[in-house]
Amino acid sequence: MSSLFEKIGGEAAVDAAVDIFYRKVLSDDSISHFFETTDMEAQHAKQKSFLTMAFGGPNNYTGTDMRTAHAPLVAKGLNESHFNAVAGHLQATLEELNVPADLIAEVMAIAGSTKDDVLGL
Amino acid sequence: MPNITYQGKAYSTLPDETVLDTLRRNAIQVPFSCCAGACQTCMLHCQKGEVTERSQKELKPALKKLNYFLACQCQPEQDIEVALPDDEDVYVSARLVEKQQLSPTVWRFQLETAVPMFYHAGQFVNLKNEAGWVRSYSLASLPTEDEHLELQVRRMPDGQMSHWMIDEFDVGMHIELEGPNGHCIYTDGEPEKPILMVGTGTGLAPLIGILRDALHQGHSGPIYLYHGARSSDEIYLHDTLMELSWQNDNVHYHACVSGDDVADDVEAGRAADIAMQYHPDLKGYRLFLCGAPEMVREMRKNAFLAGAAMPDISADAFALTPRNVG
Repeated sequence: MSSLFEKIGGEAAVDAAVDIFYRKVLSDDSISHFFETTDMEAQHAKQKSFLTMAFGGPNNYTGTDMRTAHAPLVAKGLNESHFNAVAGHLQATLEELNVPADLIAEVMAIAGSTKDDVLGL
Repeated sequence: MPNITYQGKAYSTLPDETVLDTLRRNAIQVPFSCCAGACQTCMLHCQKGEVTERSQKELKPALKKLNYFLACQCQPEQDIEVALPDDEDVYVSARLVEKQQLSPTVWRFQLETAVPMFYHAGQFVNLKNEAGWVRSYSLASLPTEDEHLELQVRRMPDGQMSHWMIDEFDVGMHIELEGPNGHCIYTDGEPEKPILMVGTGTGLAPLIGILRDALHQGHSGPIYLYHGARSSDEIYLHDTLMELSWQNDNVHYHACVSGDDVADDVEAGRAADIAMQYHPDLKGYRLFLCGAPEMVREMRKNAFLAGAAMPDISADAFALTPRNVG
């Protein structure tokens, strides 16, 4: 039985998804300010690690890491509507890449499981 | 197990330990960060003995030759003696062989090092004068074509180093030079891909180097160069670049002036805006962005949103200090 990460296509799938996903997020005026930074390459790398995690790939994230990392954004007003907007772009990215619906559901479940930590709830 | 000697004291290594592990286990403080051989923070100098090939894999040839290595990547196979890298070691002396004014504010400097430096067009070097001022300048020359290292320096009202370079650094004098550094370079493998270059001010220096390097390596796809300045008299090397575009069908050069005094053969507007106007779809392009940090940041985002893949965007933002302008 292969893992979600293998089924979805592993690192190559992350590489294919990251530019599409990050482009969608940056083009969305309701959330782009959370992603704008002087170091766009570093931000791009962060999106890549996020997608790797959401795709069920190898990662070292803990809930505490997630909370700490997002705390400055929560302070700037990050809320559930923003979280949902990002999730929507993730889903649209996967649909654009023709990922089968059952795998998309698994990815969305993993992404959804980070909500409390991301929003500091 | 081999011993590691540091500051006159020998420490024995444990199986599978790296030099960094051994030193840290003995409470010796050496700088380190990623522990993956990427950041080069833990670089040490090997004074006696030989270090492993793997621990030097990512280092510049000059540093390899000087026996520098990455402590986090080295499991010693023999006794070695190590030290923290001394800055003085990596500076070499360079002599000014030519100095030429290119515009009211930009000068070209041709430097010569005793031992030829290995570098790629588009990289930068750090210069240190006798007063100890250090500034970074991009290389406009091509190692395979040009005998000397070429830098282009712009006189900045508040930049003491630029005044010194232009007013006091004369032909025949020496300066300390460290480098090369940076990754904004042409890499071969995709000769047919279109290339878009946008540079402001002396951001033109690395771009000229990269452009000539691309042509030298047989790049066949179109290369678009947009050079931006505030006024027409700041558009330098204009004739050279016009000539280059006549000689090469795939080279397209545009000088852009954002101020009011727009001459006949330049375009009115900011270089980045004009470039985006002519190239609204950047899917499949390689980009080189050099110059003012705000321009680089904005253009990187716009290029990415216009379809360019992130790994295909190379940039060199000239920070106000200590890079390029001081």
